[in-house]
Amino acid sequence: MSELDNHLNSFTQEQFDQIGADFDAIRRRVINDLGERDANYIRTIVKRQRQFEVGGRAMMMLPPTWPLGVASLSLSKILDNMEIGHNVMHGQYDWMGDPALNSKNFDWDTADTAENWKATHNFEHHTYTNVVDRDHDIGYGLLRMADDQPWEPRFLMNLPLTALLHVFFQHFVAVQNLKLENYLIYKTKSREELAEEFKPVWAKMRKQLAKDYVYFPLLAGPFAPLVFAGNMTANLTRNIWACSVIFNGHFPEEVEQFDESVLEDESRGQWYVRQLLGSANFEGSKLMHLMSGNLSYQIEHHLFPDIPACRYAEIAPEVRAICKKNGLPYHSGPFWKQALSTWKRIARLSLPDRLLPSKKPTAKAAPKAGATTDEESLPIAA
Amino acid sequence: MTFARTISGSGPVQRLAKAAFNSRLMHRLTYPHGPDRFIELFDPTAVADETVGTISAIEHPTERSVRVSVRPNSRWNGFVAGQYVEFAMEIDGRRHRRMFSPAQSQHANGALEFTMSVNPDGVLTRHIQQSARVGDLVVLGDVSGDFHLPQARPERVVLISAGSGITPVMSMLRTLIDEQYGGEIDFIHYCRSASDALYAAELEQQEGALPGLRMHCVYTREGGVHFNAEQLAQLVPNYHHAQTFVCGPAALLEATRTLFDEQGISERLHQEAFGLATPAAGEDETGGEIHFKRSDRSADNNGQTLLEQAEQAGLNPEHGCRMGVCFACSCTKTAGRVRDLRTGEISSAGEEDIQICVSAPLGTVSLDI
Repeated sequence: MSELDNHLNSFTQEQFDQIGADFDAIRRRVINDLGERDANYIRTIVKRQRQFEVGGRAMMMLPPTWPLGVASLSLSKILDNMEIGHNVMHGQYDWMGDPALNSKNFDWDTADTAENWKATHNFEHHTYTNVVDRDHDIGYGLLRMADDQPWEPRFLMNLPLTALLHVFFQHFVAVQNLKLENYLIYKTKSREELAEEFKPVWAKMRKQLAKDYVYFPLLAGPFAPLVFAGNMTANLTRNIWACSVIFNGHFPEEVEQFDESVLEDESRGQWYVRQLLGSANFEGSKLMHLMSGNLSYQIEHHLFPDIPACRYAEIAPEVRAICKKNGLPYHSGPFWKQALSTWKRIARLSLPDRLLPSKKPTAKAAPKAGATTDEESLPIAA
Repeated sequence: MTFARTISGSGPVQRLAKAAFNSRLMHRLTYPHGPDRFIELFDPTAVADETVGTISAIEHPTERSVRVSVRPNSRWNGFVAGQYVEFAMEIDGRRHRRMFSPAQSQHANGALEFTMSVNPDGVLTRHIQQSARVGDLVVLGDVSGDFHLPQARPERVVLISAGSGITPVMSMLRTLIDEQYGGEIDFIHYCRSASDALYAAELEQQEGALPGLRMHCVYTREGGVHFNAEQLAQLVPNYHHAQTFVCGPAALLEATRTLFDEQGISERLHQEAFGLATPAAGEDETGGEIHFKRSDRSADNNGQTLLEQAEQAGLNPEHGCRMGVCFACSCTKTAGRVRDLRTGEISSAGEEDIQICVSAPLGTVSLDI
């Protein structure tokens, strides 16, 4: 058992409850404080995104302004997906009562449907964060990202497939909820089932492809190839950036992964601790935080997925303090360091177990308090 | 801005511009957000997917009321006198909505007129009275309500209102005046005092507007008495032959209902309660009923989460994490209070989105599922 395991096993139920209460208090305070400031913030970002989009698409149609146009559309797509789409679809702005910023209505400028995203991301990933076999984000069915995932020969391709995932990220995410591996490799899904599930995905994908690669190029007349290439570059930029941000949030080597057994009778305090141990922040400039949709505060985001992301920076010191008080790690580092560590994990796990240079302790049975078995533990403290 | 002027307004150029902006091509080019999400950056009233308007005037007819005129965008499709419309404004980042009946004639063009009594606990009406400015944005929802004059106008009409319940019947009166209605109208309005009367001056002025129109203002704190059978028989001896429209607080509705039932002429009575119908909610966890409005089902409240109770009632609402994380279960609570099980916080009684997996009802609650 690792040091952290030992430490967590020494926690009593009361300690976990206290941690839960401390995090709940932060949440309650911010929720009660939400108002015009947050509304103005998200509206300003939306306005900028729309300006970058219109400006970018226009500038791309003429050779001299093409580079500026590509940069502008890339920014637009990144803002749309990260700070706006991801956060709005989490329900962070549902309290405003504005249908255009409501998680039920919002759709984003990417191939993935809002419905599928909310199922795999908001529900599966955020509820079962870093639980091997339950959180599909661990490898997307494509990669081996956890020591506890049994090695298969296909994982020798871990590195090139990760690169491919970065390049075609929006389309991989679009089909993530289809769980393609169940059809292709494990043969637990029929062709018919897959075809049925693919219908809404294709409906959205088709419209996105038509917009970027047919309508706007045609609109540019003789400069059609320019616009085609520009849109492709903007999509590629967004794909690589979004994928890197997401990988940095959960896959640096220090981040913990968990065994399914942790879900049993997990209390709210234990849930918080799992979110904390299963996420990592990265540091950077204000622009870096904005461009990552504040997922640079992945820890705060996982503790409070429904708090507007623009608040994460101000609550981060309090989260750190709670970690310090309880002797819990708070994973954070520069972007490049987290990325390097992530790629190291990917490379390491491409090898069969017997060749692994260093084996990370298997997914934990912790966090679990020793004396919890006979206690009442609801997921929600009623 | 020239562009903004091109897309707002209702001239032929504007109509063409609007049609272009809402064309299929524009929808494809702006997918998935749609052209409105770009147009609103220039002019928030130029959108085609919401009926929005701007406040064009604010008056303070009495100390306890406020009157706002709202100029709606071209999406406004009119109303029938007596109906109500959802009226929403954003206050401190949140959209607050309530139903109000426009008071102008259904034949009037231009601004809609809303007269509202200010509720000291009401965020929206207090905001309008104290902080709203000309030019502020108002989002108007759908028009609804069956409280209106029949298409074939009856020969005699009795309009009875109390307090701010005057607005829908005022709209009926003005509509009938615009139509040069030849029948008989008795308009009975109850309020505390002359200084508290909405539309007092206009009611006096309109007295002679139609040959058959008689006004009766009853000031209940200046010697007048509340509605009763004798009073009605005295003011309108032939009310049995009229169609009667009543809008006001519960006591007035009940008194008129009882009388018309006794007289066996209940089909001649048309009523509308003003304000939000908020069920009386005790602070108990249990008790009361849960109304699942869209599925037209009800269940006794047993104090469990709304998601659990919906499932027990045989419904299968969309949901995911069951712990308030994923928002899959969020839906609209149309009335009643709920307690957030994570924070213990008690919600307001009005309409708002809630996550049913972490909300337990306090007394009677209505949900849009």
